[in-house]
Amino acid sequence: MTDNVVVTPRNEAPPILAVEHLTKTFGSLVANDQVSFSVKQGHVHCLLGENGAGKSTLAKCIYGASRPDAGRIYFKGREVAFSSPRDAIRMGIGMVHQHFVLADPMNAVENIIVGEESTGALLNLQAEKKKIQALCEQYGIVLDLDTPVAQLSVGQQQWVEILKALYVSVDLLLLDEPTAVLTPQEVQSLFSIIGKMVIDGISVILITHKLHEVMNISNEVTILRKGKVVDTVPTRGNTKASLARLLVGRDFDFNVHKEKIDFGPPALEIKGLTVLRDNGSLALQDVSLNVRQGEILGLAGVSGNGQAELFETLVGVRKAEKGKIRFAGVEILKESTHNPEAIASLGLASVPQDRLRQGLIEEFTVQENLILGLQDSPSYSRGVSLNWKAIKSFASQAIQQFEIKTTGPLQPVGQLSGGNLQKVILAREVSKPIKVMVASSPSRGLDIGATYYVYSRFLELLRNGAGILMISEDLDEIFNISDRIAVIYNGRIMGVFDVHEVDRETIGLYMAGLEEHEHS
Amino acid sequence: MFNEFLQADMLISIFASAVRMGTIVLFAALGELIVERSGVLNLSVEGMMLTGALAGFLVGYFSESLWLGVVSAALAGMLISVIFALLAIVFQVDQTVSSLTVNIFAAGLTFFIYRTVFPDVGSQGTPNLVPFSALKIPYLSQIPVLGELLFSHHAMAYIALFMVLIIWFYLYRTKSGLILRTIGENPRAVDMKGISITLYRVSAVLFGGLMAGLAGSVITLGSAGVFVADITAGRGWLAIAIVIFGDWKPGRILWAALFFGFIDALQMQVQALGIKLPFQLFLAMPYIMTVIAVFLGRRRAGAPIALGTPYVRE
Repeated sequence: MTDNVVVTPRNEAPPILAVEHLTKTFGSLVANDQVSFSVKQGHVHCLLGENGAGKSTLAKCIYGASRPDAGRIYFKGREVAFSSPRDAIRMGIGMVHQHFVLADPMNAVENIIVGEESTGALLNLQAEKKKIQALCEQYGIVLDLDTPVAQLSVGQQQWVEILKALYVSVDLLLLDEPTAVLTPQEVQSLFSIIGKMVIDGISVILITHKLHEVMNISNEVTILRKGKVVDTVPTRGNTKASLARLLVGRDFDFNVHKEKIDFGPPALEIKGLTVLRDNGSLALQDVSLNVRQGEILGLAGVSGNGQAELFETLVGVRKAEKGKIRFAGVEILKESTHNPEAIASLGLASVPQDRLRQGLIEEFTVQENLILGLQDSPSYSRGVSLNWKAIKSFASQAIQQFEIKTTGPLQPVGQLSGGNLQKVILAREVSKPIKVMVASSPSRGLDIGATYYVYSRFLELLRNGAGILMISEDLDEIFNISDRIAVIYNGRIMGVFDVHEVDRETIGLYMAGLEEHEHS
Repeated sequence: MFNEFLQADMLISIFASAVRMGTIVLFAALGELIVERSGVLNLSVEGMMLTGALAGFLVGYFSESLWLGVVSAALAGMLISVIFALLAIVFQVDQTVSSLTVNIFAAGLTFFIYRTVFPDVGSQGTPNLVPFSALKIPYLSQIPVLGELLFSHHAMAYIALFMVLIIWFYLYRTKSGLILRTIGENPRAVDMKGISITLYRVSAVLFGGLMAGLAGSVITLGSAGVFVADITAGRGWLAIAIVIFGDWKPGRILWAALFFGFIDALQMQVQALGIKLPFQLFLAMPYIMTVIAVFLGRRRAGAPIALGTPYVRE
């Protein structure tokens, strides 16, 4: 890590926040179990944990958005019990949520000042804008304050969220997974903003599951696992490996070990593909890509740059304006083949980004979800009726083979955890012979165990000669398992690189569409 | 020469009458604008208007004070909107279902009350009152053309036009207005600041009820002078269409209301002239225009994102 922005720690500083034995349950789920930790004044304190470790719940309790069942919270030396976020804001606690909470058609100024207490009933947008401009200058934030926030980039929306907190002058700022959607350059800007905040005496709690971020920015780190605090340790003196051990609870090898596979001929060829969005604007412009047998092509990009439309076109639910997609020896954009059923029967499997909305039917059982789309196949049907016996035996087998944690084939799929949902989709998709897998953010929301399980299944597909197109915003994921990386920006492919011949910073620049500036 | 003069005169009279007809739906549409901007889709404007129309008429009739009638209409509209607010916001029943409930209830209730108060309607003739007369503004109403167009209306019309300004000012120039607009787009952003979404939405619905009640009173006290069952004749629904056509903006809603008022006035004038076309066609005009308007306004660029979605905290 080259740009270390950690500011001189003041070790003797008293804790600005202390949490003691905080417990929060949802029904039978214990999200936080006797959690205790404290944050020193002017420090950056990381809460490190896997998905589902209880980090966000803990943050919500501190911020007053959720009430703990038991335990105490001390802020600035006094015990506090917030009944709403407004109490927390009044005391000087701000929070930037993982999913932005913005009103899309309104501009940054309106989003920042809405609901803020100050005297008078009338708005004074000009004066407020000046105040916000001053804040932007102070922290080196570049932001268009007059455009509706919906038209800002994801990174800029993040600045709006941070300005919301700075505007009310916070003493403690909670950031929940703030880097999940940022390019590496934006992450650096964010870290330098955090550095400036710390100089101004603001304490920061950064919630993350990324080890390199912890190493890069924090003074202390509290590791959570399954709702419990494993340990709180100073960052200095620890390594990614030592933190990983605390995070997972055992030694864990984060490297994906791929055996050498000789790439075959292209399994999927996309040529000059142009696709429109629902509103008629261009989603993809002249996109050409090919995925060879035995390789994973990672498609990196900030979300909203045409990835969703590409996925939809490939699986056959969105029309293309121009271009060709050749797959399994067939030109699939033809009228007769460009529908999900025909494409799937040619051997294209897909893992959609939104598992519950696009990949599964929440209220249906595990066994019903396992044969979705295959209901007409002779293996599972007899004439017009379903062959439940065959379905059940297939489901039982899949549950066993994919280690799906469920009460059985008849459990509604909505009750499963994210990792198990993903396994249901995978089990269904790979149960048929496949030539190409198109996967969108396959590890999103999964814990480390589930993530690596999914990867191991991908490697198995590669060994069997399939090609994989993996669309992901997460550069860790992209670099972890791709053989080649393509970058998409504004509906165009900015470049395709061999994974060994490119670094994250370069990919980040292409993701931001800044390639021209860099080379001119 | 004389013929041309007659035509010009007639045009002015049609436009003046457009303002009068537009007033009715303008009140209701402005109320609905506030409701929808808070993210609530209230489809029971018709029922609330009907309630206001009856309350205004009854109180006006017995107290012989039109203004007391107007105030009662506003209160009655607000009172019935409490039912909608409870169902749709407090208990989070589906907003369409809540709306239907209120519409059906109001239609039955108004007819029932009217027949209970006046059991002999029909044999004894229909009870009636003298509606608001035009309030000719001194000097200004003497201006040719503009005088009749703008300064010779009953008091409620001036109030309606003034309300456009007030609503615009509230939405875009006050802190509370910014909060209301934000709730319509993303209620969570406001909830996180510790502001009650329920309080804002209930208040918005009550205000919508008040305005619909006023709109109802304009029908009975401003022009008809009588009450009959279903006297609103779909104008509450028209108000909702006007909000869509007006792209959820006060200024455009004013023009949309005047446009529909013009169609309404035109169909009456054409009928009066005895032009040989089936009168049903003219009666249907406002409704046909509604269909066309919603088609034209189908992009709904200004529609609040959270419209129709109950707010549930995560």
